[in-house]
Formats: sequence, structure tokens, C-alpha cells
Amino acid sequence: MARLALEINGRQQTIDADPEMPLLWVVRDLLNMTGTKYGCGIGFCGACTVHIDGAAIRSCQTTLATAVGKRIVTIEGLATNGLPPVQEAWIAEQVPQCGYCQPGQIMSAAALLAQKPHPTDADIDDAMSGNLCRCATYFRIRNAIRRATGETHP
Amino acid sequence: MSTKPSPAPVKSGVAISRRTFFATSAAAAGGALVVGLTLRGRFHHSSSDASQDPFDAWIHIHADGQTQLVLNKSEMGQGVFTALPMILAEEAEIDFSRITVIQADNADGTGGSGSVWGGYTPLRQAGAQVRETMIAAAARRWHVAAAECRAHNSQVTHTPSGRTLSYAALVKDARRLPLPAPHRVSLKDPKDFTLLGRSIPHLDIPDKVKGTARFGLDVRLPGMVYAVVAQCPYFRGDLLRFDAARAKAIPGVLEVFDIPTDPDSANKNTREVAVVANNTWAAIQGRNALAIEWKPGQYHDESTESLTAQLRAGLDAQEYWNFTNTALNPDTVLAARRIESVYEFPFLAHATMEPMNITVRLEGGRCEIWSPTQTGRGTQENVAKILGIDKRDVTVQVTFMGGGFGRRFGSTFDHQALQIARRVQRPVQLVWTREDDFTHDRYRPACMHRLRGGIDKEGNLVSWTDRIADTTIIGQRDPKQAQAFELGGALGMPYPAQHFRISYVPVDSGVTRGAWRGVEISFNVLSVECFIDELAHLAGQDPYLFRRRLLENAAAHPSAFRSNYDGTLADPTRTIQMLDLVTEKAGWGEPLGPNRGRGIACFFSKTTYLAQVAEVAVKNGNLRVDRVITVVDPGRVINMNGIRAQIEGAILMGLSATLKERITVKNGMIEQQNFDSYDLLRMPDAPQLETYLVEGGRPPGGIGEPPLALIGPSVGNAIFAATGKRLRKLPFQLDEMSS
Repeated sequence: MARLALEINGRQQTIDADPEMPLLWVVRDLLNMTGTKYGCGIGFCGACTVHIDGAAIRSCQTTLATAVGKRIVTIEGLATNGLPPVQEAWIAEQVPQCGYCQPGQIMSAAALLAQKPHPTDADIDDAMSGNLCRCATYFRIRNAIRRATGETHP
Repeated sequence: MSTKPSPAPVKSGVAISRRTFFATSAAAAGGALVVGLTLRGRFHHSSSDASQDPFDAWIHIHADGQTQLVLNKSEMGQGVFTALPMILAEEAEIDFSRITVIQADNADGTGGSGSVWGGYTPLRQAGAQVRETMIAAAARRWHVAAAECRAHNSQVTHTPSGRTLSYAALVKDARRLPLPAPHRVSLKDPKDFTLLGRSIPHLDIPDKVKGTARFGLDVRLPGMVYAVVAQCPYFRGDLLRFDAARAKAIPGVLEVFDIPTDPDSANKNTREVAVVANNTWAAIQGRNALAIEWKPGQYHDESTESLTAQLRAGLDAQEYWNFTNTALNPDTVLAARRIESVYEFPFLAHATMEPMNITVRLEGGRCEIWSPTQTGRGTQENVAKILGIDKRDVTVQVTFMGGGFGRRFGSTFDHQALQIARRVQRPVQLVWTREDDFTHDRYRPACMHRLRGGIDKEGNLVSWTDRIADTTIIGQRDPKQAQAFELGGALGMPYPAQHFRISYVPVDSGVTRGAWRGVEISFNVLSVECFIDELAHLAGQDPYLFRRRLLENAAAHPSAFRSNYDGTLADPTRTIQMLDLVTEKAGWGEPLGPNRGRGIACFFSKTTYLAQVAEVAVKNGNLRVDRVITVVDPGRVINMNGIRAQIEGAILMGLSATLKERITVKNGMIEQQNFDSYDLLRMPDAPQLETYLVEGGRPPGGIGEPPLALIGPSVGNAIFAATGKRLRKLPFQLDEMSS
């Protein structure tokens, strides 16, 4: 056990935990921020995606120790000044069905759009291929990403 | 029409409240007009006592202008909490923006594509009761004839004088009037509908986008602990030993103990080991440290190979049941040409994105449950039975659920969680890890279809025999019932055959089977629609025109129909309309270029008609599905946004099963542990979808499942068109091509 300081959604948090504990369980069970989801625990489904220093990463594969000193953003912290275009687009395109994977999908899409404001279809495939959706909302996810870029989709 | 959701023309203010709702009586509803109705679907829990509790949904019209619709259904992303209040608003002439949906505790069985299909008429009748009562109240107030009054937008208007009264102002009077009987009311003419058919946003979506929607795993209670259970990996195996001390040495682990397995489960005679900790990760670490050993059971040598051999043997074994329309053996009657094909289907996992879980609080002789379940009422009754308490002392709050698809019908984790909660005397959240989910699912049955068909010189169907060897669902308990529930799509095959015979052989397995979205239709329809395609090619005819001609024969000779398993007769002329429309939209017959092909399929289920064309490209051993064109006649569209979402999702989930998914068995255990060995469809594999809706004017049919059944055969038939090779083993893999 160790006492560690984390910066999550712009706030400093002090956590008493095993430094090897995955960030996923730190935010969910220790900080009760449940927007980040557990899906597989092995980095294959993307439900636990958060941003670390702006990059989309799998929080189930990131230890608490490696997250210290970095800028962590979860789905709860994505909206800073009203909903960002990616979340507005998700609502406008009516993407979620069961909704469980969507925080992870949105975090992956937000990181993509921050890096490439006008992604190609191949960019979307690359950025989103790590996020599973069992309701298979992929069709609307693609449309929402295009909408968030300000482009109209066919 | 395209598949993008139309911009919402109606601003919806419907809010979904999940707060505990006990009150169902008029008195408790605080001066509201209350109308009760019954929405029990096809899957309501059999022990529900209808005489004690005649209603399972209630409408409360309040004097402040608000309306509450209390629903006994689970919302799992299928949109029923938007579609069902739309039906009420339309018929009751209530302002849709002033309806709040409240989910009743202990929500009843939700599944089988049944919520809108089954709820449409009861909700319309109850809505008409509200409308007629409000009109009667206004007419009395004004001393005019009710026939001179009209209701719209939560308001009654006396047409000759133009006077108006709001529903809110009429509630007090309306409560004193007798409600008209639901079967005596007059329903609106559908041509006067103003809300149904429009595209309405789903009200749960903003919370799901912001990450604030609370799923089962997101429940947090004061003093709550987390538990995982080490469960026997062998089918009907047994616990040998474990090291509790090693698990307890993990920081955060609180308690380690063994519990009996659920006496209603397949593995009922053994024990499993609970690890309780102050966070989920510590519980998982503790379980990893158990050094647990298990003993294989009676199915210790079961494997995918042995099951395949059993299924294959079932194709020639003594049949358990058959249906035929002929005194002759269809396989030996005179035919110009005949073929035989065997289609093979693996077990499938549900793989809902939210793993199984349940949260329990035992306090003062009462039990509170938070559960993402499709059967809140079934959970309530099961929990009461396990604890030996009255079911009125059990409350089940149905949370948002991260996917249902049939997986959340009943469970063994209720029993586990209650054993643990009793022991630790604290609120507990039981978490099944993804590995638990993959290895202890209730899998879609593995099966084989052997089809034999004969045609005459014109390509008419002289004979059709379908032998099904199946590890059935119902058959686990009673093989005699399987033909009634698990031959849908095969028994109701739409093409008239002069000599028709279907027979069935149940195959035993240690693998537990359960309902998987669509249940039997997804594999039965693939067999029928691929084999009819094979017969079209055998006849040298276009697969679209071949189907069309057979369906025209069926329309001309109605006695050739066989009833679908749910007792509803398909109208072949409507299926023909679907085929005509889908081929027009798809440009059927236009050249596609090399290595590409189109495949067609059609289907009728749950009073919904569908047809589909898939376009595929096969190049350098890679298969890509480029475009899927689907036409659907559900009878009537309630919410255009929701129905499109259901169709799009069902097509792509079906494509996932068609191309990716397979559970395998080795040494009496499931081999797949996680998504690294059981992949689902991902973004790069998702084709362009074009969906067209046609309203045939019937009441709305089921929509959650039927569209899933077509993508397998339309893709299989397209692969044949592109390559000349017929794939018959699921999931379709190009390296397993047979001629």
C-alpha cells in the first residue's frame, strides 16, 4: 500500500492503494467514479478507455503507479464548458442502445478528433477498432464522429 | 429513406424515473386519475399471480398536468421507455412532453421482441379509456353531448362553442366517473395518428453519453463490499481443494469461504468459493491466489470434436419427432434433380458488455436487490424462495443493463450473492469477471441441419426434408417440448413443397444452453434461406426470381402454408413485396465487378416481414461485407428512431455471429475465456447499412430479433455469388470453403 497523488479531471486526488492496482478499479471502486466501465480486464474491449495526457488508453492495463504525475481525464471530466461536440454528436445521432460501452467509445473518438479534426474512414477504423459494442451501434458511431467534425455524412 | 435518424420533429420531455415505486392504488396516487392495464408479455414469469395483481402497468393523470406511466418492463437499450409512452400519448391525446415513465420495481419479463408487439393494443385501449373519460367529464361540466367534444394535446374542446378544459382541470371530475371497459372504447383511426411513426429521441441517451447512467455494476451502497466467486470450470465437476489463507493474504481481501451451488443450476451438487474484498480488484487478486483445484465430472471428455460427431450421428439417428405433409418419403419421390447439404452452427456466447452482477442488501428481515435483469419479478420470487421469506419483503430495482440479448433471463448469481450477503452481513456486490461470463454463460445451442431438396424441370419444389440435430434449450429439461419452441423458421419455412418433412433429434451436452437474441430463428433461417438459394442455382434460376415464383405458388394455393411456430400465418404476397422492394433498392442484377457478389434472403417472424440484400467483396482470401440493404414491414412504426436502431443493431450483431463467433469445448470445459479468444464484430468490419421501412397497416410486430436472422444467409449467398463456393459451417471462414 502507498499514498499516491493523482490528477483526475483537473482535480488532485490522494489515494491509499497498491501501486499495482489498475487505474480502472481506482476510479471505479476507490473514487466511485463509475462512468469508466469494466468490460474485459485485458485491454481487448475498450470499455475502460480514459485519456492520459490526451491519449486514449485502457485504464484496466494502466497501473496506478504509472498514472501518477499524468493528466487523467475520464468521461465525467470530458465536458468542461458545456458538452463538447463529440458528445453533442452522440446525442444528435442517437448512438447508444444499452449504453455500457459508450463512455469508452466517446473517449476514443474524442482523442481521435483532438489529434485529427478531419479523420478519414480509415482513421476512424483505426482509432475505434479497439472498442467493442455488443449492441453493434458502429453505424451510428461512425456518423456521430463525422457529425462532430462538422461534416455532413451521407 | 436512409438509415440516418431523421431530425427529431418533436421535442420530447419524457423523463425516466427509476425511483422506487410501490404505490399502485388510486389513493396512493394522490388524487390522480388512475388507469391500470396489463402488458404481460410472452415471457412473463409463470408463477406470477394474475388474480392477486391484475395490472402490471398504470397510468396516473395528475391535477398538475403531469402524467406518469408506470411500466413493468426493463429498458436495455431497445427503446421501450420511449415507444410505449408514445402509444399512450397518441391514443389518450396526452401531450407527450408531459409523460414521465416510471419503472416499477420487480419489472416483469422483457424479451422475445414482445414489448411493443404485445403492448400496442393494451396501451391503446387504456389510452382511449383516459380520452373518453376526460371527454365525458368535460361534457358533463358543460352540459353538452360528448359527441360534440374532441380531445387533443391534453385538452378537451367543445367544438361548437370553442370552449376548452385541460385534462389537469378535469382530473377531479374524471375520477368520479366510471371508466369505460377497455374492450368497449373506440380506438383512433390510424390515419389520424400524429405522433406514432415519428422519430423521437430516446430519453436515456444523454445520461448514457455523459457517463452518469447507473448500470448494475455502478451501484454503490454505504458499507458495501465486493465479491467474486471461483466457479467450477468443468461441466458438472466438483470442488477438490483451495487455499483460503493465500487468498486472505492479499491486501483488501476480507473473507474467503465456500458456498453451495444453486440447487436449480446444472452444477447443483458441488461448492464454489467466494472471495470478498473491499474492492473488485482485490477480490479478483484473492481468487487468483486460491490455488483452487477441481475434479472433472461426467462430461470430462466432451469436446467440440465429440459434440460434432454426436450432432452428425443425430442426422441419421432415430428421430424424436417429425412433421410431414405427405404419406411418401420425400427423399425418394420422383424429382428432376436433388441435392443435400449440411449446415453447422457452433455454441455462441452472449458477451453482453456489462458482465453479470447483482447487488444485495439484507436488513431487518427484508432484502433489497439491484439487478440488471430482464426478469425482475422472477428474481423477486427466486430470492424470496432462497431466503425463505415473503416476496413482499423482497424489492428488486432493475438498473440500466449493459446488454440483455436473453442472457439476463434468470441466473445462478442470485443464489451466490445471497449466500455471500448472509455470511458477511454487509451489502455486497457480486461481480462476475469477463472470464466467468465466457465460461459460465447459457450458450446459444450448437446444432446441425441436414437439408435435402428435389425440384422438377420448372424448378418447383417437389421435396424438402430438414433433419435437425440440436442441443436444444427446452430440451435440457424436456425434449418433447423442443419442437414447439425451437423449430421456428424451419417449421414455418415459407416455400411450398409438395412433399415436406421435418424431423428432430435432441443431442445431449454438458454445455448449458439458453436464449440468445432471436433464439432459434438465427440458425434455422440461415439453413432455409441458404438452401433455397442452393436450389435456385440447381434450377439455373435467379435466386430472387426463384423465391418469388415459389411464393407466388404459395399465394395461389393457400392450403400449402404451414403455420409459423407462433401460430401467425405469413402472407406470401407481402414477402414478395419485400423481395421486389429490396431488389429495386439494391440494384439487383446490375453488374458489380470481379470478386464481388450479392446475396438475398427473406423472412417473416413475429408478424414482421423482412428482405435483405448483402454485397460482399472477396479478394486475396479476405471477405468484406460492403453494403447491406434491408426492407422491413413491421406493420406499423411507433418510433422511427428506435426501430431503425433495433434493425441496425440486430443486423450487425447477426453479422458478428456470422463471421466471428464460436464457443469451443475441450476436456469438458469452455475454451474461450475473454475477448482475446472470442472476438466480436468491430468498427472496420461494419458495412454501410441502408434500411427502408414499409408500414403494412397491421398492428406493430416484434422487431428486436427478426432482423438478426437475415444477415447470415444474405452474406452466405453473396459469398457464393462472388466466388462460386458455398460456405455451410458457421462462422463463415474462407479457408473452410467447400464446393
